[in-house]
Formats: sequence, structure tokens, C-alpha cells
Amino acid sequence: MKINDVILRTVTRIVVFIILTFGVYLFLSGHNTPGGGFIGGLVLASAIVLLYLSNDIETVQRSLPLDFKLVAAFGVLLATVTGFGSLIFGVPFMSQTFAYFDLPVFGKTELTTVTIFEAGVALAVVGVVVTIILSISEDE
Amino acid sequence: MFSVTFAIILPFIIAAFVPFIYRRFKYMHIGWLVMLVPITLFVMLAMLIPSVAGGKTYIHTYNWIPSLNINFTTYLDGLSMILGLLITGVGSLVILYSIYYLSTKESLQHFYCYLLLFMGAMLGVVFSDNLMVLYVFWELTSVSSFLLIAFWNHRKASRLGAQKAMLITVGGGIAMLIGFIMLHNMTGSFSIREIIASIGDFTDHALFIPAMILILLGAFTKSAQFPFHIWLPDAMEAPTPVSAYLHSATMVKAGIYLVARFTPVFGGDQIWFWTVSGVGMITLFWGSFNAVRQTDLKALLAFSTVSQLGLIMSLLGLGSIALQFGYSEDSILYTQATFAALFHLINHSTFKGALFMVVGIVDHELGTRDIRRLGGLMTFMPFTFTVGVIGSLSMAGMPLFNGFLSKEMFFAATVQIMNAEVFSLQSFGIVFPIVAWVASVLTFVYCMIIIFKTFLGPVQPEKLDKPLHEAPMGMLISPLILSVFVVGIFFFPNLLGAYILKPAMGSIYPTFGDPANLTPDIYAWHGVKPELLMTIGVILVGGLLYRLLKKWKPVYGLLSSRYTFNALYNNFLSLAESKSTVLTNKYMSGLLRDYLVYIYIFFILTVGGFFFYSGAFSSALSMDAPIQTFEVILVGVMVIAAIAMLFSKSRMTATLLNGVLGYSIAIFFVIFRAPDLALTQLVVESVTTVLFLLAFSYLPDWKKEAVSSKTKLINAVISISVGAVVVLVALAVLNYERFESISTFFEDAYELAGGANIVNAILGDFRGFDTMLEVVVLFIAGLGVYTMIKLRAKKEDENIENK
Repeated sequence: MKINDVILRTVTRIVVFIILTFGVYLFLSGHNTPGGGFIGGLVLASAIVLLYLSNDIETVQRSLPLDFKLVAAFGVLLATVTGFGSLIFGVPFMSQTFAYFDLPVFGKTELTTVTIFEAGVALAVVGVVVTIILSISEDE
Repeated sequence: MFSVTFAIILPFIIAAFVPFIYRRFKYMHIGWLVMLVPITLFVMLAMLIPSVAGGKTYIHTYNWIPSLNINFTTYLDGLSMILGLLITGVGSLVILYSIYYLSTKESLQHFYCYLLLFMGAMLGVVFSDNLMVLYVFWELTSVSSFLLIAFWNHRKASRLGAQKAMLITVGGGIAMLIGFIMLHNMTGSFSIREIIASIGDFTDHALFIPAMILILLGAFTKSAQFPFHIWLPDAMEAPTPVSAYLHSATMVKAGIYLVARFTPVFGGDQIWFWTVSGVGMITLFWGSFNAVRQTDLKALLAFSTVSQLGLIMSLLGLGSIALQFGYSEDSILYTQATFAALFHLINHSTFKGALFMVVGIVDHELGTRDIRRLGGLMTFMPFTFTVGVIGSLSMAGMPLFNGFLSKEMFFAATVQIMNAEVFSLQSFGIVFPIVAWVASVLTFVYCMIIIFKTFLGPVQPEKLDKPLHEAPMGMLISPLILSVFVVGIFFFPNLLGAYILKPAMGSIYPTFGDPANLTPDIYAWHGVKPELLMTIGVILVGGLLYRLLKKWKPVYGLLSSRYTFNALYNNFLSLAESKSTVLTNKYMSGLLRDYLVYIYIFFILTVGGFFFYSGAFSSALSMDAPIQTFEVILVGVMVIAAIAMLFSKSRMTATLLNGVLGYSIAIFFVIFRAPDLALTQLVVESVTTVLFLLAFSYLPDWKKEAVSSKTKLINAVISISVGAVVVLVALAVLNYERFESISTFFEDAYELAGGANIVNAILGDFRGFDTMLEVVVLFIAGLGVYTMIKLRAKKEDENIENK
């Protein structure tokens, strides 16, 4: 079944980028203002889902050749490994740390290990949500 | 510097990379690379032998979860050194052997990945000082053993054997975990060293005996002790390298290790003495008795392993009596049993490993291991024959081989125990030498069966599928190396005694001072003593019994197959399956509605019940913030939407109304200044809508269900109660003061976690552990949905389960 959804597609093309940017913003800003790994991941996932909704699965897969199961697995691995990372420095499992650096463009910036952990969470959320929606929609 | 932690971690890291390396080097046998791991570790451990022999121990702690007393503490002492050397040493040889045993057509990346997992887990078991860490590795050995037994998973017997091994060893493992927790309850520590130091104050504790029994259950199931031995013969479905490695040299020794490790804790107690030595003796006899009637060489070796494990176990039991007496000239005599146990532990790994490899060679080259089809292989397979004879004679306890030395010490220990004047040994002690001797006679018989039925006698080429020929040299290297050890240990036993066994004695008897006093000189010839006479008797009677085997074999026919432990296990399993099916079918109706009812009833009973029981339902409304008009309006909207849903005519309407509820909650979050929650709620609502759209076409027609008014009433009561409980709990938590307030964490979030957003500080830092596990759960759920949809069997697909 082919639906003529020019409006949806045209709007999606622009809106997806806004949503994606918003998702990344939410992810990065989560440390000090509302946002974070989970919500950032959800927003990113909803952008991708919107792409799938407006185009068909094959088209999206061609331009975005990602196996979302692997994305989810990588996210889980990242989140777990950061936990073990702290063991190497002789502190308990899952200890997080932060420090302030002077970076050329950004000025005084806070870098944290939580960000790596949150990145894992975000990737896991994106991967799982898209995997579930895709596998249900592909089911005959 | 070599760190013991590194030894545990290295196999796991390499295991993770094996599949990737395998893909790069398709045409090379990946075993060559994998073999480097145990060789490296063996060399590194071996370099520590001199300092460990000097009494040095290596301990290192990584804080893992200090708040729960769980730390990753590694501990290398004499006892763990023995096991560590066996795991890496035999591991290297087994991998070398497997390179020739498994062709590159097999899925080698799985095989070596599992094998390395096992190696790491096993090293973790022997090097862990923390009981919780030890337990995790312990179960991991069960899991990797399961995967390895079921390596040829297209065969039904493999899968059943794997399942049996898993159920029995994991069952025992859980019992052991409970025992560990009891120990922690008593002593307040998970560290074995600390428990050993403080256990003296707790021997009268009510949990002392239960903890002991439960930990023994774990050890007995793992080491295939009677009556849990039934899994080991079935585990022989695994490829022979696995049987040689896991099911004779290392994993089944984990139970022995645990008993040895806990001897300073529980040793000296009467129940410990009688359970360990008694079960060991029964296993020793029963294993050797059953080994004689086997026609499959591998099954024969399996029962012989069971029997030998029983021997080592009973020796540890006998040796524990020394702790009852404390340190004295006399009690040293009893420690010799433990010394013999450790000595035989090593000897058994050498000769049994060699024998398994020999049987594997026969099976691999000739296509069968049934002694009724074999015979006369001596002339065709001279090397295999030599190793087979050396291994068998050593197992039978004949001179010139290491088995003789430890068997003699075993006899000596059983004779010695009759002199003890505690634990009513004056009257029952005589049982030990008798059972030991009878079992040794039977051992002699089955060793003769291995030699004569396989390698001597008439050749039967017509019963074989393949022509008779010797195995390739590569396959023979490992068994030859092991047989060199078998002979070498006989001639230089005291080298082993001074460097390996002495420090281990020190770990088992920490209160006995210098372990050098506990280490005897081992002599092959020590005059005409009872043990020598017993050995001569074994040869004479055993030889006679072997000649008359046909005459007395009907004895085995007397054992009805209906009353064996295998039948008991099978009946139990099928009964459990059928009963649980009946039970499950009773409440699993397949209707989501019913499941929600269960969940709600459970919620009302536990949450509501707890708050009611503890008298926590109290609220001071005067303390609460005043209610604003727009809040009332919002609540009104939600109430109307909820009630309207009940009367909606189409599913679409109901869904939209549900959406109204969701978005109203989001607005509430905004009003109460929780933008994080509002954002999340909004996005979740949107994604759920998409999901619902997808599922829409699969749903059945929306129609009124015909339910009795009684059910309706019950459902109404349940739903109102749930609402009431939630409201009451929400009101009550405002003045709930049973816990210390954690709000200081939130106030100091910026200093503690460097983040001003406390929601994220909680998620990522304060409660990071929760988040990590939630992510894992989410991932598992996603995989679950994917596999259920993608991999479900279509109706016309054939049933591949029971080929």
C-alpha cells in the first residue's frame, strides 16, 4: 500500500533534524539542567521512529545502515564497562568522577565519567526502542 | 609484577576476542593462539612456586561493593597454587590435544570461547578469598561446563547430559550460597581468611551445623559425590578434551578444593568428619563397583573418576580429625591423610588426564570406544598403548607409577584412623580399611579391563569402521607429557612434597605451625607394613576377580534399574514438569486482564499490608501545600477521561482517552517543577502511541466481555483498593520517618557528583548501580521481543528438538 504523504515527508525532513539536535542537546545538558541519557536516548529514538514512519523501512535502512540490536548491545557494554573502569583506579565499582578543564573553544568545561555511562544508557535506549518497534512492524 | 587478578581476568578478555580473531584467521586452527593463555599463566604461576613454598602468600583487594562487604580479593597460597597449576598446566595440554582432536569444520570459536570462560572462572574459584566472588565464579564454572557438554547440541544425549549436570551442580551451588550467607551472619565477614581466624567463637552457633551441611552439599554436587554422582557419566557426551579437562582434572576438583579450604573452618567437628569421610568412602566404593560393568571406555573412566574423587574426599575427612586434637606429635599422624589427599589430587589429574586422552585417541581414530568392539590395539597403536598402560597401572596403584605412592598413603591413613579414640572410631573405624581395600580391588579389576580388553586379545577389524592406525604425533604429545609426570613423580616425589604440597598443608592446618613438620618424606619402599600387604592383596584378589569376571558379573543384574538414582532423578524431573504445567495452566489464562488482577492483588496485599501492619498510614494534611484551582481542574479532566474510557465504544477512543491521562500527568510534572519527568512522560507517550499504532491491526475486535456481576464487583473492589492504597501511600510518605533522610545527598549534589541536575546525579552517580542493571534489563526485554517475533517457529516448521 502506497500512501501519498508528501506533507508528512517534507515536514519530517526538517523536523527530524530539529528533534535529533534536541536529543543531543538534552543528552549533553543533562548534567546540570533537565535532560540526560535516558531522555536523550528516547528523543533520538523517536526521531528515528519518525523517519521510519514517513519513509518505508528499506529507504531508511539504506541511508542509516545500523543494526539497532548491536547499538543496544554496545550501549549496555559501555554502561557496564564504565562501572568496571573505576576498579582499575582502586575505587569501588561504579564510582564516578569529574574534573574541570580549560578547553580551547569551550572555555572552562566540566568533563565527567558519568557522561560515558550516560552515553551507554542513551545508546541502549535508542537501540532497544527502535529494535522493538521495527521487529513488531516487520512481523507478517 | 605478576598479579593474581590478572590471571583471572586474562582468560575472560581473550575469550571476548576469540570470535573476532577467529573471523580474521579462518584457515588457521585458533587453538594455537588460545594455548598461549594457559601457558603464559602456568609459567607465571610456576615462577612463584619458590616463594610460596617459603610460606609467602599473595593477597590483593579491589574494592568492588564495599558497602555490602563484597570485595574482589584474590589470595594465592599453597592450596590455591596446586589448583592453579593444574588448571593452567592441564589446560595447556588439553588445548594442544584439542587442536588435533577437533577439526576446523567444528565451530571452534564457540569451543575455545567456552573453554577460556571456564578457565577464568575456575581460576576465579581457587584464587578468590571473598565468598560472594567465589560463588559467582563457582556458578560460572557450572555454566561453562553446561555449554561445553552441549557443544554437539544437535545430539539429544548431549543436551540432556548438559541439563543434568547443570541442574545438579547449580542446585548444590545455591545450597552453598545459603551456607555462605549463614557464615556471614555468624561471623560478619565474607572473607575466608577472616572467617578462619574468628570461627573458633562460633562453633556453638545455631547456624554452624546448617551452614556446614549446605556448603558440603555444594562441594558434593560439584565433585560428583554419592548420590549426586549421576551427572558425571552423562557429562561424557562432551568432546573428550572437555572430559579430560573439566570432568576429571579441574572442575570436579572444585568440590575437593572447597572442602580443603573449609577444613580449618569446620574441621575437627564430628559431623564434618563423618559426612566427608563417609560420603567419600561410599562414593569410592560405588564408583569403582559401577565402573567394572561399563562397556563404554569413557563411561568406565567417568565412574572411575567418581570413585577417585570419593577417595580424595574421604582422605580430607580423615585428615580433618587432626584439628580435633590440636597440634601434637600424635595428631601429625592424622594430618598425613590430608597430605595423601593433596598428593593423590595431583596424581589423579596426571594419570586420569592421560587415560581420557588415550580413550579420546581410540575413539577419534577408530570411531568407537566400546570395549566389545576393541581389542589387540597394542601392535597398531604402540604409543597410545604405552600411555594407556602407564595410566591404568598408576590408577590401580602399582609400583613405578605415582598412583602407587598415594594409594599406599591412603591405605596407611585408613589403618591409622582406627587408633583414634574419638567420634566412636574404636567401634566403627574398622570400616575404613575394609571399604578402601574392597574398592581398590575393584579399581584394579577395571584397570585390567582397560588394558586387556582394549589393547590385548584378538583384533576385531570387522567390527571397526576405520582401519587400524596410530594417532598423529600432535595428539600424542599431551598424553605422553602427562605419563612422563606419572613416572617422574614416582621417582622424585619429595620434590613435589617440598615445593607444592608443603605450603598447601600450611593453608589447611594454619594453626599447626611450620608446615615442614606436616610434610613427610615419601618413600616407595618403607618396609613390610599393613599398606604394602594390602596392595599385595589387591593384586592377588583383583587378578583372580578379573579372571573370573564372567562368573560374577551377573551380580549387576540384581540391581533393578527402577530403583537407581538416575531413575529417581528422571522421575523427579518429569513429575516436577507435569505438576508445574498443571499449576501454571491453572492461573495463566492468557488474558492480560487476569494478570493485571494478580499484580494488583499482590500490590494491595504487600504494599498496603506493610503500611497497615507497620502503622505507617498517617497523614497530617495541615502540613501539605494548599491546592490550587488549576490543579483541581486538571484532576477533573483526568477523572472524566478515566471514567469515559469505561464507556467508550471503540478502541481508538479508549486509546485517545488514555493519552489524555498521560499528557495530563505530564502537565502535572510541569506544574510541580519536574521538567525532567515531564519531558520523559511526553516522549514516552509519543513512542507508546507509535507502538500502539503498530499493534493495532493485531488486536482482536473491541467488544463487551460477558462477565458475571460477581466478577465485576470483585474487579471494582480491587481497582478501588489499588487507587486507595496509592493515595494513602502518597500521603503517608510525606511524614514517613523510619529511614534517615537522604536529602543531604541532593543538596550537595554539585559538590558530590559535579552536577546541578539532581535527577541525573541520582541516576548516574548515587544510584548508578540501579541504572546499570535497568539498562541491562531493558536490553534483555528488547532482545526478548525481537527473538519472540523473529525466531518463533512457524506452524509448518519441523520440530528440531528431538532428533
